Amino acid sequence: MIPVEHILLLSALLFTVGVLGVVLRRNVIVIFMSIELMLNAVNLSFVTFSRSLDSMSGVVFIFFIIVVAAAEAVVGLAIILSIYRTRNSLDIEEFNLLKW
Amino acid sequence: MLTIFYIFAALSFFGALGVLFLKNPIHCALSLVGTFFCLGSIYVMLNAEFVAVIQVLIYAGAIMVLFLFVLMLLSSRDMKMSSNNWTAGKIIAGFLSIGIFFQIAYLFTGNELKLGPKGAYPIEVVEEIGSIALIGRLLFTDYILSFEIIVILLLVAVIGAVVIAKRKFN
Amino acid sequence: MSQIWLVPAFPLLGFILNGTLGKRFGTNFVSIVGPIVIGLAFAQSLVLFFQMLNVEGNVLSEHLYTWIKSGNFEVGINLQVDQLSGLYLLVISGIGFLIHVYSIGYMKGEEGYYRFFAYLNLFVFFMLILVLGDSFLLMFVGWEGVGLCSYLLIGYYFEKNSAANAAKKAFLFNRVGDFGVLSAVLMIFLIFGSIEFNTVNNEAASKLEHGGIIVTIITLLLFLGATGKSAQIPLFVWLPDAMEGPTPVSALIHAATMVTAGLYMVARLSHLFVLAPLTMNIITIIGALTALLAASIAITQTDIKRVLAYSTVSQLGYMFLAMGVGAFTTGVFHVMTHAFFKALLFLGSGSVILAIHHEQDMRKMGALKNKLPITYLTMLLGTMAISGIPFFSGFFSKDEILWYAYSSPFGSAWFWGIGFLTAGLTAFYMFRMIYLTFHGESRLDKHVFKNVSESTVSITFPLVVLAILSVFGGFFGVPHIFHLLPNSLEILFKGFFAEIPKGHGTVTTEWILMIFSVLLAFLAWYIAYRLYQSGFEIAYSLRKKWEWAYKISLNKWYVDELYNFLLIKPVHLLTNHFLWRFFDLNVLDRIVNSSGTAVRTSGNTIRPLQNGLTQNYAIIFTFGTFLILLYLI
Repeated sequence: MIPVEHILLLSALLFTVGVLGVVLRRNVIVIFMSIELMLNAVNLSFVTFSRSLDSMSGVVFIFFIIVVAAAEAVVGLAIILSIYRTRNSLDIEEFNLLKW
Repeated sequence: MLTIFYIFAALSFFGALGVLFLKNPIHCALSLVGTFFCLGSIYVMLNAEFVAVIQVLIYAGAIMVLFLFVLMLLSSRDMKMSSNNWTAGKIIAGFLSIGIFFQIAYLFTGNELKLGPKGAYPIEVVEEIGSIALIGRLLFTDYILSFEIIVILLLVAVIGAVVIAKRKFN
Repeated sequence: MSQIWLVPAFPLLGFILNGTLGKRFGTNFVSIVGPIVIGLAFAQSLVLFFQMLNVEGNVLSEHLYTWIKSGNFEVGINLQVDQLSGLYLLVISGIGFLIHVYSIGYMKGEEGYYRFFAYLNLFVFFMLILVLGDSFLLMFVGWEGVGLCSYLLIGYYFEKNSAANAAKKAFLFNRVGDFGVLSAVLMIFLIFGSIEFNTVNNEAASKLEHGGIIVTIITLLLFLGATGKSAQIPLFVWLPDAMEGPTPVSALIHAATMVTAGLYMVARLSHLFVLAPLTMNIITIIGALTALLAASIAITQTDIKRVLAYSTVSQLGYMFLAMGVGAFTTGVFHVMTHAFFKALLFLGSGSVILAIHHEQDMRKMGALKNKLPITYLTMLLGTMAISGIPFFSGFFSKDEILWYAYSSPFGSAWFWGIGFLTAGLTAFYMFRMIYLTFHGESRLDKHVFKNVSESTVSITFPLVVLAILSVFGGFFGVPHIFHLLPNSLEILFKGFFAEIPKGHGTVTTEWILMIFSVLLAFLAWYIAYRLYQSGFEIAYSLRKKWEWAYKISLNKWYVDELYNFLLIKPVHLLTNHFLWRFFDLNVLDRIVNSSGTAVRTSGNTIRPLQNGLTQNYAIIFTFGTFLILLYLI
């Protein structure tokens, strides 16, 4: 049996890498991928807890999370596309109209 | 079993690092697909076959392909991309993220989390009924409202995506 | 169910119809709806009045709605008809109806015809609420409501500066009185735990010490309210200015109904007032002085409506004199007769004013007797009534007041003397008005004079009805000594007002005093005839001889100037030099400006945080997550 702590540590690691990606990378799409990575890290911890606590709720939640992730990817990519049309860039620092 | 887990764990971590460090977004995406596959394998080891399947089908198969499509659509043109500069804020944020890692790790390795009450589905029951049947049963009984809502969310997302992507800006 | 609510509901309906639809549907619609709703209210009032007479205890009451409920304190919208409010109902709706009919002719062709009728309906509604309410609070609603309508109607010609100012003046002076009423109501609530008239009247004697300081303060505060509403010293100066409003308004609001609200309140709370002899004395003195002062001003005024306005103030003083000596029934009797003849006189003066194209100066009238026969005759009857010519209505009520002023335990020969003098002055200035307006030679512009003709039926009809009432209205309360008719008012009010000890004085004295005052009235008539019938040589020479007295009277005893000097000037100085130049500019402005500066500075400091860079937000977000996790650990 795999020790629960190890899987959870892996989940924490992946989550941190995701956070770093969001904070450090400048390509919008890569930032988006980092968000997906964070979602996956959460999924992993959900499955782990679900197993270790003999519950199915975690697994059902993963179902929901994946649906939300799909919806988010679809809408997010559409937004990126439409921004790209006007700005001709994928650099997040170019998307700075949202101020003052 | 344990060894295999460590191998997959290491692979998925490297895949994640690839997303973080690789220059070309397409490489990033491919590296992320690798991570997803590794995670899928770990789900199998945790007796969550259904999750493993949808992980591969939807994440690796659908979502990441969508990402790749968009990347190919966009990266064929000239892109303005200023060089990655590490400002003070980003350095602080980096350290904060690592701090967050230690905080989560501390919480996860603490004892409280394992003391929760045991649920109604131990491994034997799951193997006897089958995890897909169980999830289906739960989705249509206890979680029916959430299920309905998520369906609407998906519909709205599809329509929204079409509307946003089709609109022409002058 | 006696359906009391219908009485105020009709005028309210009229107000709503005229106010909302009047402009669109035009004058015909308004001139039908306006008077008819008041007529219906009058009909219902009559029904209620006779129902009330046949009911045990002579009270009809109706609970409509619980307005405020808090612990033991409960105020309902309860309507109550008893002897006092029943009589007031008849006067308000009856005279109100006549004046509405009159207004059809008088206001013809005026701009905002519908507005006038809407306000007038609203006024009647509030006035009815005032007398129907069974608690202070409901009365106060009416009290404020009639004040509002008075304001709106005085300022009816609001494009005229003087009218707008007069409206403001009336409103402000009334506010001073309202302060008194409100304070008194609060004190009454503290002492009685209830603000219903019946409770207060019934428990006054047991809860309050006779002549005690508290009851004196309460009654004085109430009386302050009454002086505001009923135009007594020191708050009477607004009423003459209120003549800026259209004449029907002066007749209805500033002669017949609203200004008697103060008297209504005193009469309503007679059981409370008799507990405070000091207040009663003050009321008597104020009433007597007001009567004399206003009468002395009226003798030299040249504006026909102003003469009547000062006459109203004077007559109201008379009524307060009656209240003050404890003759509540007589006071109410005079309210009624005065409503008849003063409404008549105002309407008559309106008819004259209308006939000669809005000229109000009596010096420019004269010889209108043959041109306006109905107006002349009715006004003459009204004048005889107010002057106390025997067997006209004013004779009975005025004489009874004079008798009580002399004989009541609260009264004295002094009060009788002042009242007597005032009666003489009243007869003099009223006949002076008649002679200046209708007799002698015409001083009008020839063209105008040639075309003067009697007003339409809608104007003359109310005049005739009111003239009949002015002549015969006195027979409702014939004094005992005549043995002519039973004094129906005294029968009506038996046991309603607080009892006061029997006065002194014999029947013989009463006869002598009465003969004196009748003689005085005729003497005043004769003097007025000599002075103003034609040619004014005697008047001029008198004026020369008594220049100083003439000036005091003409300038209204300089009361307005006194107010100006004592109140308005200091307030102006205070606001100009302290409040504006110092406080406003140096304190308030600085506070306001520096708060603006503070916001701007802090905004400038924090603004860079919102730089629009998504990753900046992500970094702050990370920091927040870090803090939350720190808290969780």
